[in-house]
Amino acid sequence: MNGKENIKQFFGKYGIYLVLVVMVIIMSFLSPVFLSQDNLLNVVRQVSVIGVISLGVTLVIISKGIDLSSGSTLALCAVMAASFGQAGDWAAKMYPSLPELPVIVPILVALGVGTLVGMVNGLLVAKTGIPAFIATLGTYVSVRGLALLYSDGRPVSTLTASYQFIGQGYVFGVPVPVILFFMLALITWVVLNHTKFGKNIYAIGGNIVAAEVSGVNVGRNLVKIYMYAGMLAGVAGLMLSARLNTGQPGMGVAYELDAIAATTIGGTSHSGGIGTIQGAVVGALILGVLNNGLNLLGVSAYWQQIIKGAIIVTAVVIDMRKNAKKK
Amino acid sequence: MANEYVLETRGIRKVFPGVVALDGISLRFRPGSVHALMGENGAGKSTLMKILSGMYKPTEGIVLYKGVETEFNAPIESIRLGIAMIHQELSPVPHRSVMENVWLGREPLIKGTPFVDHRKMHDDTKRLLDDLELSIDPRIEMAKLTVAKMQMVEIAKAVSYNADVVIMDEPTSSLTKGEVEHLFRIIRRLREQGKAIIYISHKMDEIFAISDEVSVLRDGNYVGTYPAAELNTDKLIALMVGRELNEMFPKVECPITDVKLEVKNLSSPGAFQDVSFAVRKGEILGFAGLVGAGRTEVMETLFGIRHKSAGSVLIDDKPVDIRAPEDAIRHKMALLTEDRRLSGIFPMLDIKDNMIMAVIDRYRNRLGKFLNHAQIRNECGEYRHKIKIKTPSLEQKIMNLSGGNQQKVLVARWLMSEPEILILDEPTRGIDVGAKAEIHTLITNLAAKGKAIILVSSELPEILGMSDRIAVMREGRLTGIVERKDATQEVVMKYATMKP
Ligand SMILES: Nc1ncnc2c1ncn2[C@@H]1O[C@H](COP(=O)(O)OP(=O)(O)OP(=O)(O)O)[C@@H](O)[C@H]1O
Ligand SMILES: [Mg+2]
Repeated sequence: MNGKENIKQFFGKYGIYLVLVVMVIIMSFLSPVFLSQDNLLNVVRQVSVIGVISLGVTLVIISKGIDLSSGSTLALCAVMAASFGQAGDWAAKMYPSLPELPVIVPILVALGVGTLVGMVNGLLVAKTGIPAFIATLGTYVSVRGLALLYSDGRPVSTLTASYQFIGQGYVFGVPVPVILFFMLALITWVVLNHTKFGKNIYAIGGNIVAAEVSGVNVGRNLVKIYMYAGMLAGVAGLMLSARLNTGQPGMGVAYELDAIAATTIGGTSHSGGIGTIQGAVVGALILGVLNNGLNLLGVSAYWQQIIKGAIIVTAVVIDMRKNAKKK
Repeated sequence: MANEYVLETRGIRKVFPGVVALDGISLRFRPGSVHALMGENGAGKSTLMKILSGMYKPTEGIVLYKGVETEFNAPIESIRLGIAMIHQELSPVPHRSVMENVWLGREPLIKGTPFVDHRKMHDDTKRLLDDLELSIDPRIEMAKLTVAKMQMVEIAKAVSYNADVVIMDEPTSSLTKGEVEHLFRIIRRLREQGKAIIYISHKMDEIFAISDEVSVLRDGNYVGTYPAAELNTDKLIALMVGRELNEMFPKVECPITDVKLEVKNLSSPGAFQDVSFAVRKGEILGFAGLVGAGRTEVMETLFGIRHKSAGSVLIDDKPVDIRAPEDAIRHKMALLTEDRRLSGIFPMLDIKDNMIMAVIDRYRNRLGKFLNHAQIRNECGEYRHKIKIKTPSLEQKIMNLSGGNQQKVLVARWLMSEPEILILDEPTRGIDVGAKAEIHTLITNLAAKGKAIILVSSELPEILGMSDRIAVMREGRLTGIVERKDATQEVVMKYATMKP
């Protein structure tokens, strides 16, 4: 193998990390504030909600599926968790007779509701055989409706201190959402790379017939994949409501698209069987640096959108080129 | 005393919409024996095997496994009971490693944890491959292997189940002679260990070389079971086809005129070097060689799928620059690829659409915008009849056809396109004897119309029977070009194995 070939391989493998590094370098020249510890932590904290969603979405996309319902699931989990986590002395509580509950209650509510929505997605995909796009488009619409119905279209505000800690607290100077994001990334990485479940996800996305005839229970695994993704959307709902001290039925609109973007930028292929958690994390960070940087530079929100879209497409084009023309 | 038969089917019937694939099939398989299953394309062989491996449920009839009536509701159930199968149409999980493919669905875990034991997976795979004398790195990505190597991995995987019944549905269709020998050594060993092997192939010599018993199916019906020793090729063909067969290689001498395509010193790094040859109008140039000789790669380069690093290509004495398949098609070239599963069929489209894909323009009607469906139906119908594509209708989705019939549709696609230069890479892979002869006739007819034809095949008799000249490759180099009159099996094999 010659040098040129090696360089090409190197870029193919690590290109996305280089993009992040280059972006950080450029930003640090353009804006002196950028590299400050506060700002960097801020960047990561801002992407942590999207990041957590993208971890689950990565599993879904590797299995050759898609999940459009994460944003709605986030909202439903946020209002429901919040309704069980309101401060005891708040006058406009959703359940006025409810005493102040320990934080574990809203946590379990968020995880449980998220997992349940995921299970519905998974069952639709696995049992009816309709495309994941359609199944999750359905839940995307209905679950948002559920969130509105549950909260009667109103915010569920003023949460207990321990609830707020999930979104606003610090441990050893690191924001709790950041810690959650990296911990969940690590767990998901282990699940994907070191368990049978993970191997099955790759196999189902890579060649579903091969998986089936090798004795993989495709249906059950699909349900598990969507349940996991739904659960992480629940965690994201918890994080966001805790950070804003309110659960709102209109939260998380279009978050699923950002999560899909992060995953895709990170090299996960929509043709299935290819993708990594590292990639999703880096993809989320790239989106974060981009947002933060453009904000610091005072670029208008309209332009930010245009640039973001262009970057997403460019990243995927670069990624595709590495897969094509192997010969 | 154990049962005399390990596996038995009684009165199996399987109906698909519009097709009775199997009708009352009763077969019995002995342990320690190789049982060949023969029949034309679409006879129902794969369907029966898929019932045994839990992929399909029979419409009627029962299966007895070790004497007990058993229902297989999913592949995992038959795997657990001890039936392993190499599937005819199966491609592996492409972007995963060899070892992950082999242990898919039964990955070993580190004791007491939910974590996959990668080291054990690697070591077990290595031992398995070593034991089968396969030099393949367990860690390499499946997609990086040649089709033949992938097939050997599938075989290794089937062996690794340590199953009592091993079903092999056309395992040799992408293997060459050396690897077939290798497979036969593996099969003999399995037989000695008391396994029952069910073996499906369209290659007669293989059947006689390896099998103990032969069962024949025709159009979903059971014809009979015979000791292999009591059969010969003619008898077997008569049983399969139920009629007399045309001559096998109906080569007609036709005028060979000007040079159509000339290739000079073509190279592609890592695949082949310094390949030069020419094909004339009306000529069939055969390409022989062992696996990995680089024949497919040469054809891919000619067609612009693969980059060339050096060399030139001339068509009608004019240099041409082919960088992509579009360029090749513009120069009136056509390529039937070696692997229909990866690059060939449009599984969700019907037979008609798959057939006319390369020549859609021809069927525009007078208005120029719309397709003339009557004409399409007519011509497709003609080919369907000629090469006996077994299907209830031309509107059937191609993925519902038997493997051999899918291949026939693809062959028809390229024959219909009547290109000036036609490259056929393993055109009769998986095609039964009767249809093979028809396809050979169609190829010869094209040559008679003055087309230049390149025929790559791993079946020596086919190459010898069809070609005017035979180019032989070995390890990426062209070692010789043999004239038809001098061509014998020995001469070709000499070039195929000699040092370049
Ligand atoms: N899923 C399906 N849907 C509809 N028809 C099918 C399906 N699978 C098989 N058939 C039909 O059943 C018949 C038997 O097919 P099968 O694949 O068993 O043939 P085969 O003997 O294995 O042929 P080959 O030698 O070409 O592999 C064919 O006519 C085929 O078109
Ligand atoms: Mg078959």
